[in-house]
Amino acid sequence: MRKWFGKSSDESSTEEQAPQDEVVSIEPDPEPQEETRSVWDKFRTGLSKSRDNLREQLTETFRRSEIDEDLWEEVEEALIGADVGVESTMDITAHLRKAVKTEGIKDASDLWDLLGQEVSRRISGSATEILNQEGKVFYLVVGVNGTGKTTSVAKIARKLSLSGNKVLLAAGDTYRAAAIEQLKIWGERLGVDVIAHQRDANPSAVLFDAIAAAKAREVDTLIADTSGRLHTYENLMGELEKMRRVAERELDGYADLKVLLVIDATTGQNGLIQAKQFAAAVEVDAIILTKLDGTAKGGIVISICDQMDIPIAFTGVGEGMDDLEPFDPALFAEALIGVGNHDDF
Amino acid sequence: MFEILSDRLQQTFKRLKGHGKVTEAHLDEAMKELRLALLEADVNFKVVKQFTSKVKERALGAEVMKSLTPAQQIIKVVREELEALMGGQAAPLSLSPSPPTVMMVVGLQGAGKTTTCAKLAAHYKKQGKRTSVIAADMQRPAAVEQLKQLGSDWDFEVYSGSEDPVTIAKNGLEHAKSHGHAVVIIDTAGRLHIDDELMSELENMRALKPHHVLLVVDAMTGQESVNLAVAFDERVGLDGVILTKMDGDARGGAALSIAQVTGKPIRYVSAGEKPDSLDIFHPDRMAQRILGMGDVLSLIERAEDTLEKDKMEEQAKKMLSADFDLSDFLIQMEQVKKLGPLSSILEMLPGMPAGAAKNMKVDDNAVARMEAIVLSMTPGERREPGILNGSRKARIAAGSGTTIHDLNQLIKNFNQSKKMMKQMGGKQMKKMLGGKGLFNGGFGE
Ligand SMILES: Nc1nc2c(ncn2[C@@H]2O[C@H](COP(=O)(O)OP(=O)(O)OP(=O)(O)O)[C@@H](O)[C@H]2O)c(=O)[nH]1
Ligand SMILES: [Mg+2]
Repeated sequence: MRKWFGKSSDESSTEEQAPQDEVVSIEPDPEPQEETRSVWDKFRTGLSKSRDNLREQLTETFRRSEIDEDLWEEVEEALIGADVGVESTMDITAHLRKAVKTEGIKDASDLWDLLGQEVSRRISGSATEILNQEGKVFYLVVGVNGTGKTTSVAKIARKLSLSGNKVLLAAGDTYRAAAIEQLKIWGERLGVDVIAHQRDANPSAVLFDAIAAAKAREVDTLIADTSGRLHTYENLMGELEKMRRVAERELDGYADLKVLLVIDATTGQNGLIQAKQFAAAVEVDAIILTKLDGTAKGGIVISICDQMDIPIAFTGVGEGMDDLEPFDPALFAEALIGVGNHDDF
Repeated sequence: MFEILSDRLQQTFKRLKGHGKVTEAHLDEAMKELRLALLEADVNFKVVKQFTSKVKERALGAEVMKSLTPAQQIIKVVREELEALMGGQAAPLSLSPSPPTVMMVVGLQGAGKTTTCAKLAAHYKKQGKRTSVIAADMQRPAAVEQLKQLGSDWDFEVYSGSEDPVTIAKNGLEHAKSHGHAVVIIDTAGRLHIDDELMSELENMRALKPHHVLLVVDAMTGQESVNLAVAFDERVGLDGVILTKMDGDARGGAALSIAQVTGKPIRYVSAGEKPDSLDIFHPDRMAQRILGMGDVLSLIERAEDTLEKDKMEEQAKKMLSADFDLSDFLIQMEQVKKLGPLSSILEMLPGMPAGAAKNMKVDDNAVARMEAIVLSMTPGERREPGILNGSRKARIAAGSGTTIHDLNQLIKNFNQSKKMMKQMGGKQMKKMLGGKGLFNGGFGE
């Protein structure tokens, strides 16, 4: 499989020629599609749309020269307000307090950089490991209901087919009404084939056929959608385990199996439980953090990385097929502590 | 792993109890724990602040400080405040005297709007009301198709079109009016509350004057619940909230946050992908659940809806009589199985910390094994398990593909529940099963 993070110019020109007629974009971009315009800009634009600005407030906080308890409390609230969670928040502030002491930091504004470093240090984002592989790959995309699995399948397919991979999709959600149709529409838009069965068919059988087709057509990347499922249902998690087993058996070395867990950035502390339960069932290789174009900051991935060591591969930053970006810990940290909504109600 | 709110409070109050009389310092300690617990339950941190100071204020009052049982008093205060914050009492939607009653369902992407619309429609349809859903989500691929499929599965009408969402909604309403529909529900596309253009589309749709605008919120939502609810309320104007994915194990702090900042009632909770998994929101039960007092009432209601009444009553009678045997025991277990995954049943029981049931790893296969064992027995053995000797046991284990250990376990459980039934005596059982209460209710208005 070819890399798609490279900034080579012929890759970007392929991108412009690709069919894009039906793309649903919540925010049509009037500017020419420049290579350099990162979707992270979109993320940040989204965040700054919110009325009040946490950055201003934090800058205000950090402008006060003294590092006192009030200041620590504000740092704490900023992190908790970003869904980082109590445990990780306490851990982060404990580290910062220690650093302040040992490094003799007196100036509150220095805390700013330190906080950013501490946050990004904790999250591992290694999309490269997941994507820039030479061999063939089968991605199994899993998660609870409504997180953005199907859309993410389409987005990954888009990226990979643009960079010259032969891509095939598997409609592994046979349960939800019109889930198959949804993926088929994406397939049409992308010019990528979709292997599908009837509704209510056995999802493992879909994978079985899709893998056979992938082999026959010498596909580089097979991406399978799955039904949304809450981890509280043992039978549904068992079904997923079975899908993984079947895929491994049928792939039989043809391609690497990578399980991608989709987590909605709006999710609170339950996100950590999701990560644990899905990892226990199907060994999650990486996370896709979606809906970062909203005001939610997705801080729960810090808890996940603190406790589980699963890298974040991509972020979803919109509903269009191009709204997917490799995860960048430093940018994420900056956005998390830098900008936000801090309304008083 | 996070400790749940109820654990925290129970621990704190156990500690408080030791002191007998509460001082303000003790209270501060308790409020700190309460704050942490609420934050872990995803209650917005500003709401947490307001809530804990309110609780403390009340706790400082005579009712707690002079009480001989301050811990209980504080729990009572916390519970009352939680209930008050979540709207005080159940607030199901009422239908307009001049039909059709128009509902408009809004929310973020992936919150569960379409399924919720379908559940509402299925509910009113079941009551014999002519109901339609207008498919005004033109954004997500196959969203219209999803509604159409749900409509044909769950038996309600779907109105669709190819114009812009507002025009579709308008035409759909006219269609419903001219066809004498009683209830019309508008399904809208998911959108971010900061998306100005799409939010003004909702404002335009609001101009069609729906009776109820309902915000659908995922129970797993974190700190953002407050911002999104405020934004939807300010721009569109909300009449209520529906909390979805309650069959997960999120603590649902969003319920508290949203109720607090919007003052709008939470109308329903949705807990499953089936049409009948929409329930009236009960603030008192939610508060109890949060406090670890168990959601017994919901469990009973679920039992009422799921179990076959006649079978259960017959079983209940039999249970109290001498000839309750292994076949009956099996039927009973199967009824329990119908209630859903055992872990989710356990979570509703009082004193059961939410995480605990999960860690317990309840074996749903046990019922299947039991069935195999009983089916491998002769009728005589089922009636009188006492006759089971070594060779009979070996035969049954081999025949059912289980072990003698499994078999012994089953007999032990059977004997235990028989004994328990005897001890409980007829009175209590009859009260539980008799007349009103257990076998009526459900969603109703
Ligand atoms: N704003 C925004 N919306 C997104 C993003 N990813 C997905 N969505 C939207 O979220 C909604 C749900 O997305 P789906 O891809 O259907 O989610 P899913 O996980 O497949 O849902 P189920 O199959 O029903 O469990 C759709 O309206 C998507 O357009 C994102 O990164 N940002
Ligand atoms: Mg899907």
